[in-house]
Amino acid sequence: MTTAAINAMKSLSVSTNLMHFPAKTSSKLALPQTQQISRQSLHKNVLNFHLSTPRNNRISTYSVPNPPRAVASQSYDALTEPNKKIFHGKCFVVDDNIDTDQIIPAEYLTLVPSKPDEYEKLGSYAMIGLNAKYGRFIEDDQIKTQYPIVIAGANFGCGSSREHAPVALGAAGVKAVVAEYYARIFFRNSVATGEIYPLESECRVCDECKTGDIVTVEIEGNKLINHTTGKEYVLKPIGDAGPVIDAGGIFEYARRTGMIAAPSS
Amino acid sequence: MASPATATAPSTSHLLKYKNGIHYTLATGLTPLNSKATAAWKNKKRTAKFVAAVMAPPQPQQRSPASTGSVKHAMTMTEKILARAAERSQVSPGENVWVKVDNLMTHDVCGPGTIGIFKKEFGSQAKVWDREKIVIIPDHYIFTSDERANRNVDIIRDFALEQNIKYFYDITDRSDFRANPDYKGVCHIALAQEGHCRPGEVLFGTDSHTCNAGAFGQFASGIGNTDAGFIMGTGKLLVKVPATLRFVMDGEMPHFLLAKDLILQIIGEITVSGATYRAMEFSGSTVKSLTMEDRMTLCNMVVEAGGKNGVVDADQITFDYLEGKTSSSFEALYSDEAARYLQEYRFDVSKLEPLVAKPHSPDNRALARECRHIKIDRVYIGSCTGGKTEDFMAAAKIMISAGQKVKVPTFLVPATQKVWMDLYTLPVPGGNGKTCSQIFEEAGCDTPANPNCGACLGGPRDTYARMNVPQVCVSTTNKNFPGRMGHKEGQIYLASPYTAAASALTGFVTDPREFL
Repeated sequence: MTTAAINAMKSLSVSTNLMHFPAKTSSKLALPQTQQISRQSLHKNVLNFHLSTPRNNRISTYSVPNPPRAVASQSYDALTEPNKKIFHGKCFVVDDNIDTDQIIPAEYLTLVPSKPDEYEKLGSYAMIGLNAKYGRFIEDDQIKTQYPIVIAGANFGCGSSREHAPVALGAAGVKAVVAEYYARIFFRNSVATGEIYPLESECRVCDECKTGDIVTVEIEGNKLINHTTGKEYVLKPIGDAGPVIDAGGIFEYARRTGMIAAPSS
Repeated sequence: MASPATATAPSTSHLLKYKNGIHYTLATGLTPLNSKATAAWKNKKRTAKFVAAVMAPPQPQQRSPASTGSVKHAMTMTEKILARAAERSQVSPGENVWVKVDNLMTHDVCGPGTIGIFKKEFGSQAKVWDREKIVIIPDHYIFTSDERANRNVDIIRDFALEQNIKYFYDITDRSDFRANPDYKGVCHIALAQEGHCRPGEVLFGTDSHTCNAGAFGQFASGIGNTDAGFIMGTGKLLVKVPATLRFVMDGEMPHFLLAKDLILQIIGEITVSGATYRAMEFSGSTVKSLTMEDRMTLCNMVVEAGGKNGVVDADQITFDYLEGKTSSSFEALYSDEAARYLQEYRFDVSKLEPLVAKPHSPDNRALARECRHIKIDRVYIGSCTGGKTEDFMAAAKIMISAGQKVKVPTFLVPATQKVWMDLYTLPVPGGNGKTCSQIFEEAGCDTPANPNCGACLGGPRDTYARMNVPQVCVSTTNKNFPGRMGHKEGQIYLASPYTAAASALTGFVTDPREFL
């Protein structure tokens, strides 16, 4: 690896060379926010994370000094029973054709998801391209979302093949998406990375839930419960994609099933 | 808001679209690794009859050749290519098969992530499966001062050197692209121009428009970093065989219509999810008459309809194009006469008119002539979809015809070095010996810029022609989702090079027939 690359990995500051736009801008992509994020990332507890597989409590191969701690700003109930794959918390609701440019705009694609600090930064920008009518997915001074479950309409994740899309959602703290159906590359990337469970509903759940509703998603029970409205919904079984995501992605799954050998270093 | 009681979904049938009394239905296989194809349904507000799926995806079983004997059922081109790549005598839609990959492409945006995954999963000392089958093409964020973007090109260079990658189209001097003899530009066009696209082969790339290469009669599809990292180490990938949708286009191509209009017509017809998990096969007399660049434009936007891959039969036009570009042997494959298609759509091309896709979706189709009142702020001609030599020739033709200056800033971004050269050297038919660049200059367009992906996808803030304030743009690119070219409130009208040039000349969305 070149010195430049190594230094880039060590560096925690956001590149300031992005700043060729006017100081005043109505877009959310202004400088102040990104500067705040770089200050945030200097806190040790925020640096501690699991690469790609928070659910399995797998320590990533990038060693970090302290065991993971919940981010102090966390105000939601996240994973309650990891073994049964039940997720509980507030839901964030969007509708149809949310494309990958909205999930993670192109200007953030300079962040390399396989680099731990950039993985975190990517998460902080999740859904930043969304129309303002949906509300903020991640608060200004946060890098994680308070919504572990996203509820969507048709064709979620359409557009570009950027794997950064499901990765950003996973890095931000999303555990599962419940959509009417998905675009194929997004679905495939979600399964291959093991970042989120891409579940499908039998009906347009997005029409009956509101952002902020408290929901529970049961992977094995194939259901979504909205505690705020009191309604329950049937989900389609995740099928063969389930074990791949459970394992933490296609590589881990391929190793466990003997398709490929363990890494040789 | 909350709707009344939810309708019960029929489990195996659903309505896609009601058009001209024809009910199109699809069974959508949803999970790549799922052995059962599950049917999805869309709740359309129109009342229409529900038609049972024309083809219920079969329950895939691993059938050994011995059990099937010599009985084969007819297959589509896509099925045949995947069967051969999986070393199987036949495959059926819905089956998950491991295919051997002929080429893997990556670029500066996804390359570093793919490399990171490869090293993490296979080991820091691991070697790629085949140094001649990986093509690494920096093209997305090149001409920028963004440090991370520049670093990403360094990362792929380091990897190319370490692995002795045969095809790495490097750029080191960003101040002058011509000072970099290896640099090509936009990956999909570079792949074609450098002879990496060959009939019958399997190509994966870390970019949604990898399907562009299907114009050569090969299976070409976009994937993410993790899948690409997997291929890098193993040379294989698990893929689900897609069912094929057939698009038959007949009739003489009107002189004011281009391939872009054809694909916008199709996407508008079937919607942005109409081809999800499907192969799109283009055939008919019109398609046979298209040039390779036209066919690329057609296949390029397959992903905008949700398609997995697009294919056009390889023929003499294909072989002539490949002449001198590749020394590798290849064997083209063709759909059997009796091959089964999930759905067939027929178009009489002679009846079609120039189109645009209005903000903010590639399926938001409208006639260009019905958008004449839309005032625009700029025009962008470039990208893998609309920045090839013939695309610029088409735009130049409109400008010769008009003999006027453009009324709005008109940005020209050639896809590759070769395209850039063509703009400055090739005479435009009907232009009295003038080149594209001369015609564009006389019309007041911007000087042709550095060949790269440019502002098609926005990019770092200092990207040439990026939309940094909300504006209305007519563009020859491929996606017009919110924020695609930069600003979230920017409005992008996707169009053919004819329509884009015509619009630049009037300052409004304009049907090219006004100048032809």
